[in-house]
Amino acid sequence: MALDGNTLAGPLSELFAVDVTAAVSRCAGCGQQDAVADLLVYGPDPGWVARCPGCDSVVLRIVRGPSAVWLDLHGSAALRIPL
Amino acid sequence: MTLSPGFRGRHRSQAAGLPPGQYLTTDFPVLSAGPTPRISRERWEFTIRTEHQVEHRWSWSQLQQLPVQTPTVDLHCVTKWSKLATSWRGVSLDDLFAGVDTAAEFAMVHSFGGYTTNLPVADLLDGKAWIVHTYEGADLHPEHGGPARLLVPHLYLWKSAKWVRGIELMVQNRPGFWEGVGYHDYGDPWREQRYQGD
Ligand SMILES: [Zn+2]
Repeated sequence: MALDGNTLAGPLSELFAVDVTAAVSRCAGCGQQDAVADLLVYGPDPGWVARCPGCDSVVLRIVRGPSAVWLDLHGSAALRIPL
Repeated sequence: MTLSPGFRGRHRSQAAGLPPGQYLTTDFPVLSAGPTPRISRERWEFTIRTEHQVEHRWSWSQLQQLPVQTPTVDLHCVTKWSKLATSWRGVSLDDLFAGVDTAAEFAMVHSFGGYTTNLPVADLLDGKAWIVHTYEGADLHPEHGGPARLLVPHLYLWKSAKWVRGIELMVQNRPGFWEGVGYHDYGDPWREQRYQGD
């Protein structure tokens, strides 16, 4: 069962000063643009995985280890972050 | 069966031989990184592709013609739960690799739904890994990777790819889905290799 992208507000606030769930991501798979809050989210374990609601491609991943966070954005062609 | 407090306590304190940092569970947690693929046995197929691009392919019925093995093994998930003495039915990777000519040292396991995980070819051979389709006497449920999943119980469970559809043999190592975002390349629970650098 997928959660919605608002679930990522917590894990992303650890990394960014702005609220990234309000950002718009463009899926590298199909080009669809969605607010991060509207992505389909799986997790938290083994890591957060956010997928495109259009094509199920992975748009972003977050893994929280004991001493580092890995953030993978290669499924996101661009991220528009409102200031 | 009712567990006495003593029995449970023994496991919790690791005296029962759990890997470091693990706790015992009796249920079977489901972790997912995406929607659960629904693959019929008619559509299912399994492929081993060598470093020379030679493809070996098995349909569901061809898989059933290989010798059946019934491993009973302990499972260790990187999220710290362990489940002991799980029983499975499936086919040994040794039998699938019997006719495969390869010198590749690394394997990328591919799943329906796009999941991948990498491991050394040596960890798939010599009775250490299976393609399993039956769990505790029943068809493997899609939530747990049915119709068939890889079972490599000596490594953390993320290596035992659900919904397995093939193995790509590689001369050079490459990280899979979780190995590419912080998880350990090898994942030995007894050495607690959870994250890169462990
Ligand atoms: Zn997409």
